[in-house]
Amino acid sequence: MHPVTTVHYLALSAALLLIGTVGVLTRRNIVVILMSIELILNAVNINLIAFSHAWHNVGGQVFAIFVITDAVAEAAVGLGILIALFRNKETVQADEIDLLKW
Amino acid sequence: MELILFLVFAGIAVVAAINVVVQRHPISSAVSLIAVMGSLAVLYLLLGAEFIAAAQVIVYAGAIMVLFVFVIMLLNAGGETKAGRSFVASLLGVPVLVALLALLAFFTARIYPRDTEVHFGGFRGGTAQSVGRALFTTYLLPFEITSILILIAIVGAIVLARKELE
Repeated sequence: MHPVTTVHYLALSAALLLIGTVGVLTRRNIVVILMSIELILNAVNINLIAFSHAWHNVGGQVFAIFVITDAVAEAAVGLGILIALFRNKETVQADEIDLLKW
Repeated sequence: MELILFLVFAGIAVVAAINVVVQRHPISSAVSLIAVMGSLAVLYLLLGAEFIAAAQVIVYAGAIMVLFVFVIMLLNAGGETKAGRSFVASLLGVPVLVALLALLAFFTARIYPRDTEVHFGGFRGGTAQSVGRALFTTYLLPFEITSILILIAIVGAIVLARKELE
């Protein structure tokens, strides 16, 4: 049977990265945009852990922990900004928030 | 066996990730995102990263998704209306995306110098013991700086979400 190699995991990571980028670019609901950013950060984690396995080095997994921590901090601050925004504008659609548009 | 497990869970992850992007209602996207996180945790187990797999389930599927669902319910965000897409974008979007992915995978496979096979149990350095030892010796300074980052995030989230005092 054909073996699973590191490149398989890298391809999966590239797929998740592209899907997440499409979500950030095309969706207008800010909550879904934040979820797509989580998808992108998970794609990074797959890369780190696949390379950690390939080189038998635990450093990649430590960096994956740092990426998870960053994702949590980003989600907390992002949703806090969203709540403050909703209190002022009564909307979560990104294209309706045009205060700075001339 | 490993190929079957990889294909099944990678397939679930990709399909659920596409579902996150195409669903109209944010709750459906949130549930699909939990499916992505769960199948990625299984893939981390296949790569020998037991601690990261457990952290993935606890932190992502537990904490972050509860936060997302809480905010969706709090803001009562309904489904979004379809935006008027340009004809060229709707026609060329998916083929160009698939072509980009194929190019990326092709050049990754060409460039990557020594393609190592992934065997379950081929790397045993992912236990909580070895990850913790690396975290508290080699990577101690980044770990401490991360605690400052979390402190800033806590203060920032409270300041942003707090009601303005009149």
